[in-house]
Amino acid sequence: MTFPILSLLIFFPVLGGILLLGIGKENVKGVKIMALVISLLEFVISLPLWFFFDKTTHHMQFVERHSWIKLFNIEYYLGIDGISVLFVLLSALVTILCVLVSWNSIEIKVKEFFVSLLLLEGAMIGVFCALDFFLFYIFWEAMLIPMFLLIGVWGGPNRIYATTKFFLYTLVGSLLMLVGIITLYMQGGNTFDILALAEQNYPVKLQLILFWAFFAAFAVKVPMWPVHTWLPDAHTEAPAAGSVVLAAILIKMGAYGFLRFSMPILPEATSAMMIPMLVLSLIGIVYGGLICLAQSDLKRLIAYSSVSHMGFVTLGIFALNTQSVEGGILQMINHGVVTGALFLGIGMVYERTHTRKISDYGGLATNMPIFASFFLLFTLASVGLPGTNGFIGELLILLGSFLTRPWVALIAASGLIIGAWYMLWLYQRIFFNPVNARWNGIRELGLREIITFLPMVILIFWIGLYPNSMLDYMHVSVAHLLDQVTGNPAGVTSGVQLGVDAAANVVPHLPQVSH
Amino acid sequence: MPTYLLLIPFLPLFSFVFTFLLGKRMGVHSHWVPIATVLASFVSAIYAFFQVKNGHGVNADLYTWITSGEMKFTVGFLLDELTSVMLIVVTSISSLVHVYSVGYMKGEDGYYRFFSFLSLFTFSMLMLVLGNNFLQLFFGWEAVGLSSYLLIGFYYEKVSAADAGKKAFIVNRFGDFGFILGLFLIYATFGTLHYEPIFAQVSQIANQTFTILGMTFNLPTAIALLLFCGAIGKSAQLPLHVWLPDAMEGPTPVSALIHAATMVTAGVFLVARCNPIFELSMTALNVVTIIGSITCLFSATIALTQTDIKRVVAYSTVSQLAYMFIACGVGAYSAGVFHLFTHAYFKALLFLGCGSIILGMHHEQDVKYMGGLKKYMPITYWTFLLASLSISGVPGLAGFFSKDEILAMAYVSPVGAGKFAWFIGTLVAGITAFYSFRLFFLIFHGEFRGTQHQKEHLHESPKVVTIPLICLAIGAVAAGWFGIPAVLGGGAHWGHFLEPVVGHPHVHPSHATEYILMAISVGAGAFGIFLAWLFYLKFPTIPQTIRESFPKLYTLSLNKYFVDEIYGATIIKPFLSMSNNIILKFFDLGIIENIVNGIPKFIGYVSGSIRKVQDGLVSHYLAYMGSGVVVIIIWMYVRA
Repeated sequence: MTFPILSLLIFFPVLGGILLLGIGKENVKGVKIMALVISLLEFVISLPLWFFFDKTTHHMQFVERHSWIKLFNIEYYLGIDGISVLFVLLSALVTILCVLVSWNSIEIKVKEFFVSLLLLEGAMIGVFCALDFFLFYIFWEAMLIPMFLLIGVWGGPNRIYATTKFFLYTLVGSLLMLVGIITLYMQGGNTFDILALAEQNYPVKLQLILFWAFFAAFAVKVPMWPVHTWLPDAHTEAPAAGSVVLAAILIKMGAYGFLRFSMPILPEATSAMMIPMLVLSLIGIVYGGLICLAQSDLKRLIAYSSVSHMGFVTLGIFALNTQSVEGGILQMINHGVVTGALFLGIGMVYERTHTRKISDYGGLATNMPIFASFFLLFTLASVGLPGTNGFIGELLILLGSFLTRPWVALIAASGLIIGAWYMLWLYQRIFFNPVNARWNGIRELGLREIITFLPMVILIFWIGLYPNSMLDYMHVSVAHLLDQVTGNPAGVTSGVQLGVDAAANVVPHLPQVSH
Repeated sequence: MPTYLLLIPFLPLFSFVFTFLLGKRMGVHSHWVPIATVLASFVSAIYAFFQVKNGHGVNADLYTWITSGEMKFTVGFLLDELTSVMLIVVTSISSLVHVYSVGYMKGEDGYYRFFSFLSLFTFSMLMLVLGNNFLQLFFGWEAVGLSSYLLIGFYYEKVSAADAGKKAFIVNRFGDFGFILGLFLIYATFGTLHYEPIFAQVSQIANQTFTILGMTFNLPTAIALLLFCGAIGKSAQLPLHVWLPDAMEGPTPVSALIHAATMVTAGVFLVARCNPIFELSMTALNVVTIIGSITCLFSATIALTQTDIKRVVAYSTVSQLAYMFIACGVGAYSAGVFHLFTHAYFKALLFLGCGSIILGMHHEQDVKYMGGLKKYMPITYWTFLLASLSISGVPGLAGFFSKDEILAMAYVSPVGAGKFAWFIGTLVAGITAFYSFRLFFLIFHGEFRGTQHQKEHLHESPKVVTIPLICLAIGAVAAGWFGIPAVLGGGAHWGHFLEPVVGHPHVHPSHATEYILMAISVGAGAFGIFLAWLFYLKFPTIPQTIRESFPKLYTLSLNKYFVDEIYGATIIKPFLSMSNNIILKFFDLGIIENIVNGIPKFIGYVSGSIRKVQDGLVSHYLAYMGSGVVVIIIWMYVRA
């Protein structure tokens, strides 16, 4: 039997959290250091996944499989493929940064805070590793509790409303998914094995019902328009670490759900619902972007920008071809890095100013030049400047969707203009313009904060300049996925012929759009 | 990949990283690394030029950037005739601007930041011109936009500067929107973004059409016009010209380098580079010519009334860029690139001259407070005069050769709008001479109109400023000598050199035609200078009289035809208001949030109502039970 690395990754932070409980309440420093050490160790444990992952196969790797509840054929079944591996790594990395950014900003119930964070990490990694639908559901719901606490206990003034809203929104979606899971169990030969479920054919009508049941859970999580309104409230009230985890990992679960369940298990429904999904994504992109122009609250603005950016992700996923899906997955990571970094930055500045109102700022570049430089980089990555990771994701998504449906790319590309508008405007109002005398003498970033930013900076350039090191992990798995959905490893290209053939009649093989 | 070629862009990149991170500690010495690296790039560029001249062009990939499925994009360099010319323009002007900035930016806050951004710009621009594929072109395209954003907003504490930087970036994004769709269309057609295979196979797409949402488009026209959208944005042509005049908020060396000599010519470079695509579409060529012609006249008429010296030169830049587009539109790409080359020198000189004046005037930019500076600033005076003569097309100077070639080519071109472009171009040649010398006379001649304090402190700029002026003056005079046409006894070397890339012009004018056209445009220029002399030196009351006779026209020109105001009222305001009132307040907070919060409220209301039934009174329960029994009996009775 191979070393159970995935189980270790899931339960090490959980055990660490329990250990943390043993430390005395008054030993705040010890709690922090312990939490940092646990999160660092967790990251170190996750590294073998990067190095030993076999990029040439779509089969699940690092598999652990034990029977669990025999009566219902429920298994303890873990494994990762090219779609999930990077998210496990990202979760481990982001948790470290969350610990670092919470170092001074969490003042009450410090121990409980870090325990929640570590439990959340375990559950998140569990979601990405689970291959048994029942097990998946347990991790999926388990994530809710620590997140509910993070917002509800350590959040802002309106935290109770925000966290209740977050909880109810996701719970309603999840329950519909649960019904879907049970239906699938009964129709699919009494198994919760996701891979086995994906190999069977279901009547199209049933697929459509299940598709929308899953949609309820995943779309809320993404969040797709119009079920996005929990996100601005949750982000606004959450503590910095909560916002970071939410932006970087939690909302990726929705898109991951589409990739892992909706698409391979319900291929006909996915193909049939392609256009509605693309339209919802487009609305999200434009609507989320425009609404950013009307925001006066720093965190709300970034939260709505997530709606727009996640619109790009779902657009890529449902444009159903190699470039768009790989772009979508990469953009999930990019968004995690960039928006995670933006929320880290907002957390740092909020710690100093205690205001989220954009108009309270101005001229911060003079007082905090280092911070301004970092934030500028994150802003540029967010608007997809070439050389940063944001560009690669958006390019692949737009190009892929152009090959599928040109008009989709046409509308989506307008998001690039709106994105530049609200992000640069935001940047100007915080860092440029006359210096607001209120912030004279504000502290520049300290070493701990710079270190917190560095991994994000490295990832932004790394993915921006050499995205293949990430894309290589996905190729085979994405091809397999597209093969499952569309019967063609390249996905829906609508007969786009690449290459101008000297003999052929060179009509650009753009798809004729069916109505 | 030869090392010298790698050094050209990557030395400035190194300089950017180095100076940005460590420059603060180096303080007043932070300019050394940027200057040394850009000079090294310049030397390498000259070497590269001779390599090309000797037939050793390069087209090689550096590494694979993005792979996804069949799609593969690389980073790679193409060194051919067009690139080698651009390399010389960029590195030479950049070197001079670097040196000049040592004097101009002395003592400014963020001195090191300025130099690091200059290096960043140089790197970006070199990547733009060196790329061997469209995606790298796009990389450079956006990166120069970023550098421009940072440098326009250099004095970021000034709201107008911060606004201008943001405006430049966003307006350019409108152009990029078309540009990137153009790239997708190219990719969908050719399956690659590399220049070489695309241009080799391009003839196959002639007259092809495609359909999107039931609408049929001509393929080459669509590709060409989408790419041209990008060019319109970057090169500040109508209707996306609005960012360039505002960009004058940046320090003057930036205006010279980025907003006159190099970055804004990227659009011309793009059209020239893609000439095989444009050649397939008469429609596209006509559009380019017409946009160029309208912009040319439009901005020249604005330059007539502006009083901020940098704005006059900025509008002049827009107008001169339009000449380059006219050239491309009529198929005379080498003439367009030739004008790009000469313009880089005389326009950089005009801007740096303005900078020198601004230094002398203690940061006064309004021509209303100048006058008679000749005797205080002799070097600035003479170099500025040469630049003004050059832009006015005085025979023998750089601007003359390139402008005349454009006009001659436009006149004989088979492109429909060619004659129209020739007419506008000749008219604008006169207007150009007029506003250039209006500026010149107002600055340097007549009485000083500033304050006594300013007058006492008037001084010539230091050598570090004037030497670059002198170098550029040499260019403003001699840059045209590379392309003396055959009709004037030259060898037309320029056209021959670029021919492998941009091909041969459609039609050549006869010698007789060329002489006549030359005479007309020189006459127009001379008349312009004469009028400026008449209006601003001989009878200085005339401008006042004209202003009062045509108040509406004057206001229109002074306010730049109110284009900014129109955009504000038709795009910016409606969008902001829609975001706020319709999307946020009505839809998001109104409809969606009310539904979301309404469901739990409704459930609460219903359960609250039902709860009242359980009031604990046995008599009530009995009544419910009794009525229940009655209902059941009736129901059974009805069913039976």
